[in-house]
This record gives sequence, structure tokens and C-alpha cells, in this order.
Amino acid sequence: MRPFTYLRAPDVATAVRAISAEPGAKFIGGGTNLVDLLREDIEQPGTVIDITGLPLTGVEELPDGGIRIGALVRNSHLAAHRLVTTRYPMLSQAILSGASPQLRNMATTGGNLLQRTRCLYFYDGAAACNKREPGSGCDAIGGFNRQHGVLGVSDDCLATHPSDMCVALAALDATVETRSEHGVRRIPLVDLHRLPGTTPHRETVLAADELITAIELPPPPSGAVSRYRKVRDRASYAFALVSVAAVLKVRDGSVSTVRLALGGVAPKPWRAYAAERALLAAPATEESFTRAAEAELTAATARPGNAFKIELARRTIVATLRDLLAEGSAA
Amino acid sequence: MRLNFTVNGRAETVDDVWEGESLLYVLRERAGLPGSKNACEQGECGSCTVYLDGVPVCACLVAAGQAEGREVRTVEGLADGDRLDPIQQAFVDAGAVQCGFCTPGLLVQAHDLIERVPRPSDPEIREALAGNLCRCTGYEKILDAVRLAAERKAGAR
Ligand SMILES: Cc1cc2nc3c(=O)[nH]c(=O)nc-3n(C[C@H](O)[C@H](O)[C@H](O)COP(=O)(O)OP(=O)(O)OC[C@H]3O[C@@H](n4cnc5c(N)ncnc54)[C@H](O)[C@@H]3O)c2cc1C
Ligand code: FES
Ligand code: FES
Repeated sequence: MRPFTYLRAPDVATAVRAISAEPGAKFIGGGTNLVDLLREDIEQPGTVIDITGLPLTGVEELPDGGIRIGALVRNSHLAAHRLVTTRYPMLSQAILSGASPQLRNMATTGGNLLQRTRCLYFYDGAAACNKREPGSGCDAIGGFNRQHGVLGVSDDCLATHPSDMCVALAALDATVETRSEHGVRRIPLVDLHRLPGTTPHRETVLAADELITAIELPPPPSGAVSRYRKVRDRASYAFALVSVAAVLKVRDGSVSTVRLALGGVAPKPWRAYAAERALLAAPATEESFTRAAEAELTAATARPGNAFKIELARRTIVATLRDLLAEGSAA
Repeated sequence: MRLNFTVNGRAETVDDVWEGESLLYVLRERAGLPGSKNACEQGECGSCTVYLDGVPVCACLVAAGQAEGREVRTVEGLADGDRLDPIQQAFVDAGAVQCGFCTPGLLVQAHDLIERVPRPSDPEIREALAGNLCRCTGYEKILDAVRLAAERKAGAR
């Protein structure tokens, strides 16, 4: 690990001032990702700004029935919060399916959004990786790519975004709020992360000096049921091969509301708009679910190691919607 | 820098700490508390689990600077003098220790579980301990130990 200067920010204004004064500085939240990346010499900031003392630790109800989540709320706290377990149970499920209790106890909301890929070649300093070292190539292409993406990837990068929480947030129409010396910005979560294209090292639309302050969720669609389903190599404590966050409401046998997002298959939390379009107003049947999944996955591109993910994603989407249909009619 | 924090109920001041080193390093190499183990240094194995302000975390991923002013409780802080905590006694009685490398982390994590959930179900135990890896025992004796400790604790109440 290289030496760096360590600053502690007592308030948002100080944090924002400090980061704009130090090009290349990084915020540290829970540190569960950054400490690892510092130790691996993948992140090399000259200054690290500890933001865990900022007063952004609340979960509040908004007048419209939505909620506002402070950027420093710990993942375990958020998953257990009454406003989340009662109104957005899918978000609790997603968070609790990620990492381990110890890691969730440290991890923050803001850090979870900006956690970096778990691609093995990104972590391996001896490997070619356009994300870590622009222009060096991508050893995942032609290498071990079983964990890698099938949607939104490019010829320069196959890495996936590893967050479970973000997949639920994408399906819940979350908005990210940021602060910098230039003021406050509100960014739909689905627009926060970029696709790799030819610049996989540019991962989000945030400027280097922007602090994430909060996430807001609109009220959950009334009468809808929701679920997060994660498929992985073991029952707990593993990153997703494929995951599905789904919100469904059926009226008179037809789909009246649907929101679908996928994890484990793309460089960003993947909102499945094509599937949603295919489902809206369609009869709520297994055939419609299959057609919708296929509509989303026609754009998928596979490598030898991860071709199975396309079929796995199709089946997981259908199974999740089928379960929600049963749950919705039982209610 | 100088790090001020509380360890196992005692105020500690440690000098010459570099903020980027881990809390685990500070505990083991500077504070004379080698109970918490360093196995993976990546948050994968849970051997380094300690309480930080009352919740278990992986000390290997906590930057020393983040512990400033906070309260740490390590495996050394579970026993009451020579009297083992029920979870420690149960690990001994159930034969849940082989090489012992994973044990300190498991003890802290299991201690937290039975504090919060007095009668945990098997799935609850498995999920709570999912972040603690053991290469020796195959986990069955560890599950036995947690059940035993929970029973004894509930019985004593
Ligand atoms: C062994 C292991 C297994 C894991 N398994 C899973 C899993 O199955 N599913 C899953 O979803 N996740 C998993 N994770 C990842 C974990 O969820 C993330 O490490 C965690 O959410 C990151 O949060 P943090 O607060 O610790 O981030 P930090 O490490 O503090 O920060 C991460 C990044 O975000 C930036 N940042 C932090 N806060 C802000 C802010 N407010 N504004 C601007 N920038 C900010 C930092 O500068 C840094 O670049 C796993 C991690 C480990 C170590
Ligand atoms: S040493 Fe910290 S989790 Fe393995
Ligand atoms: S007893 Fe050896 S690792 Fe668990």
C-alpha cells in the first residue's frame, strides 16, 4: 500500500471542499472495498477522506410516501429498518443476500453504489485490464469469463457490477443525490453507472469531486408484490451469477405494473426495459414471462465461459415472475 | 498518528500508527492482542472478526484511522477473567476447535448472534456464520457449539 494523507471530514461542506482541493483524493465509507483495493495497489489516492462522521446516517419518510436514505447508512441497518422491511422488502432481501454480516455491518449505502468489479483480472496486477490500466487489453476475453457479463459489455471489458443492493434500487426507481462545490445534483440510479464501451475505466457519470449524500425512493407501487432472487454457486456468501429484482401487479389477468432489473450479467445494475415493454398489458402467463425474458436477452452476447448465463437469466426471470404471480393472487 | 480508542473496556493510546494500516494490524502488532487472526486480509474468511461499536466487523478491512474514538471488543474481551464466556465454553465442550485459526472470529460472530437471537434456528446460525470460513471442522461441531451455548444461556436466564 502506498502512503497517503488521511483526513476526517466532520461535515458535508468540509468533505466536498477537501475533495475538490485534492485531485485524485478518495472518500472512504465502510472501507470494505477501498481498503482492499488500496492494499492491492489498484487504487492509489494521494489523500483519503474519511466520511463516516458525516451526519448522513438517517432513513426518513418523505411526504410523498417514499423514503430518503443517507449515504452513510450501513447496509445491515438499512436492511433491518422498519420503513424498508415494510415498504420495500425486496431491498432488504437484496442487501441481505450480499456479502456477510460482518461486511454489511461496515458497508455504507454510498460505498455499495460505487464498489468496483470483482473481475479476477481487474484484481490481478499482472493481467491485462483496460479498467485498471486503460489500453492494456482485457484478459477476461479469451480467459476465464464464467463470472462475466452478457449484456452491455464491450470488446474492451466484460466485467460486471457486483452489487445486489443496486439491482433492487434500479427496479425501485431510485434517485441518487450528490453534492460538490458546484451544488446539488439528482441522478436516476439507472443513469449513474456507465457502460464500458471503449473507456471501461470510466465507471459512473460522477465527477471526481462529487459526494453521494443520499438515495431517494418513490413510494412503492400500490398493490404490487416484489422479490429479489439471486442465483449463485452456493447458498450464501457468493456473488451473483444471475439475479432478478422484480415488481409485479396484475389486474384482471393482465400485467398492469412491472419493473424488472438484473444483476450479475452486466457492467451496471441492468434495468430490463425491453422485458418490461413486452410485459406491460400482456396476459400474466408463463408464455408472456418467457417472451419478455427473451425480448431482453436477444441483445445478449456470450463468451465460452458464460454462455450459460443467458439461459440462466431467462429461467430466473420467468421463475421470479411466476412466484410473484402466485404470491399476488394469494394476497 | 496517535490512535485513541477503547479496547475491551480500556482506553488505549497507540503511537506511530499509520492511518492506512488495518485495525487488525494495530490490535495484533501494536496493542498486544493477537487473538484476532489474520488469514485472508480480504474480508473473505472472518478470522479477524471483532466488535466495533458493538457490531461485528472484519478488522482487516477497517483502516486504523476509522477506529479513532471508537470502541473495540476482541475475542480477548469475551471471557470474564478466568471464566470463559458461554460461547467459548461451548466450543470447548462440543469439540468445535481443531487448528483454531478460525475460532476467535467465530466466537465473536457467534457471541453476537446469541446476544441478539437467544434461540437461533439452524438456518439463522448458518446465515450468521456464513462469513466465517473453517478449513478443518466441516462446521457440524461449530453448529453444535452454537446450539449448546444458546441452550445454556437460555437455561440460565
Ligand atoms: C468478501 C466480500 C464479499 C462480498 N460479497 C458481496 C455480495 O455478494 N454482494 C454485494 O452486493 N456486495 C458484496 N461485497 C461488496 C460490499 O457490498 C461492498 O464492499 C460494500 O458495499 C462497499 O461499501 P463501503 O462503504 O465499505 O465502501 P468503501 O470501500 O468505503 O468505498 C467504495 C468506493 O466508494 C467510494 N465512496 C464511498 N462512499 C462514497 C460517497 N458517499 N460518495 C462518493 N464516493 C463514495 C469510495 O471512494 C470508494 O471508491 C462483498 C465484499 C467482500 C469483501
Ligand atoms: S482476515 Fe479479515 S476476513 Fe479474513
Ligand atoms: S479449526 Fe482450523 S480453520 Fe477452523
